[in-house]
Amino acid sequence: MLWNTVFPYLLSGISVGGQYALIAIGYTMVYGILRLINFAHGDVFMVAGILMVYAVASGMPLWITVPLVLIVTSLIGFLIERAAYKPLRSAPRMSVMISAIGVSYTLQNLVLYITGGLNKTYPTIPWISDTVEIMGAKTKLVTVVTPFLTVILVVLLVLLINRTKVGMAMRAVSKDFETSQLMGIRINSVISVTFVIGSFLAAVGSVLYFTNYPTVIQTSGAMPGLKAFVAAVFGGIGSIPGAVIGAFIIGIMENIIKGLDVILFKAGIISKPLGLATFSDAFTFALLIIILLVKPTGLFGEKATDKV
Amino acid sequence: MNVEKGLLLLHIDDLHVSYGGIEALKGISLDVYKGDIVTLIGANGAGKSTTLRAISGLVPIKSGTITYEGGVIDGQSPQQIVSEGICMVPEGRRVFPNLTVLENLRIGAYLRRDDIQPDIEHVYDLFPRLKERSWQLAGTLSGGEQQMLAVGRALMMRPKLLMMDEPSLGLAPLVIRDIFRIIRTLHDEGITILLVEQNANAALRVADRAYVLETGSLGISGTGEELLNDPSVKEAYLGKARS
Repeated sequence: MLWNTVFPYLLSGISVGGQYALIAIGYTMVYGILRLINFAHGDVFMVAGILMVYAVASGMPLWITVPLVLIVTSLIGFLIERAAYKPLRSAPRMSVMISAIGVSYTLQNLVLYITGGLNKTYPTIPWISDTVEIMGAKTKLVTVVTPFLTVILVVLLVLLINRTKVGMAMRAVSKDFETSQLMGIRINSVISVTFVIGSFLAAVGSVLYFTNYPTVIQTSGAMPGLKAFVAAVFGGIGSIPGAVIGAFIIGIMENIIKGLDVILFKAGIISKPLGLATFSDAFTFALLIIILLVKPTGLFGEKATDKV
Repeated sequence: MNVEKGLLLLHIDDLHVSYGGIEALKGISLDVYKGDIVTLIGANGAGKSTTLRAISGLVPIKSGTITYEGGVIDGQSPQQIVSEGICMVPEGRRVFPNLTVLENLRIGAYLRRDDIQPDIEHVYDLFPRLKERSWQLAGTLSGGEQQMLAVGRALMMRPKLLMMDEPSLGLAPLVIRDIFRIIRTLHDEGITILLVEQNANAALRVADRAYVLETGSLGISGTGEELLNDPSVKEAYLGKARS
């Protein structure tokens, strides 16, 4: 049956989509508040992976390593903002972006220095690495856990933003720094909170993502980071629901394309493989170009209203 | 409210402020007494807004001192200054368009830890229109309603000194009348008000004391009445034809 052929690809697509979503939220939140594309975000995600490798290698039990990686990654996000972006608060936006690129290369090279550029075997995390069978498709449990965990975290985040005092401050700061200060809001604290949340979610995404891959290396954050960035733009950068929906769409489409040869073959449309799987990455970036041409504000993006 | 009238609340001495080499304020000194409405009038670029921004800690000062309730406050962060009871209604209203009316009021009390419900009720009593639109996003309000919300938001901090920057700007004459009626009401409640206006005529009518600012320096000062009748003020700011 065709469904049995499509289903495993759809399943892993939803899972990868969830992982992209957790990274994409970091891009979209930082953009929402600072109007900055934080190019270092994918590398923070990679650093979380490397931290996990070393934390597990140190022999600490898992119930310590996972929270530790989440906390240290959040702290790294906080420190990056304080060191590389805060001093440029009143500088032109371009300067901050260049600083972000600098942070990206710094992180990559720091990891290169520490690991010696070797692929580091990602530890097997029990339970989520177990194999399960759903509707005839064999997969790791992480594939099933990811979308649920993603949705739970997104709901919590949206509640935080819409229902709490700090969330209200975040929404205010995202519109108007100066007036927020006149309300007594410490904008630096609010920006720090944003980076901590974004890095925390990227760290969660990192644990889920790398469980599906054997190794981590200093460039491992680049591709998922870029995909998540496209997802954020596709959904309308600045919008959290947009980033999540964009990430799921991209994750699903990529994996369907990866399996397109098999699917088309089983459906009897083609008689020999066409090598379409090669185009799964190209699809994502073609989508970026199309979105920028047709609807630059993305699915849920607000109209660009630069302050006069 | 019982306010001891006649006590010095805010004292500015020889205040200099510059923006990247351009001197916006060239040594101004002024006094605000408790319970008064003090107005700064002057043309565009005279430094009226800069004065308010310097008091609220948004722009650094070059020299001079700002004393509030006997303590020096220049050099403090905007947060500290707000927490001491100096609140600003910024030029152009600047309500948060993506927050509801109620949230805009609640964010006005951001630094407060006590019960703010009575204050919300008080603002709704002053501006019944805001109560009707409590759940509406502030961005959907009319200009006059936004101005009322901006005033209400500043009142949420229970200010001792309320600074208003051009509250009548861009509003219809009827709405301007409402705004000045509210200013009188707040004055009757005992709030000290520092008002910056280009609408010199309306501002001088409510002011206990008025200062004229001319390109960064103070010109004449006096009671609102005195300045209304001063020939040079009439000539420059009131317009001969206008009443």
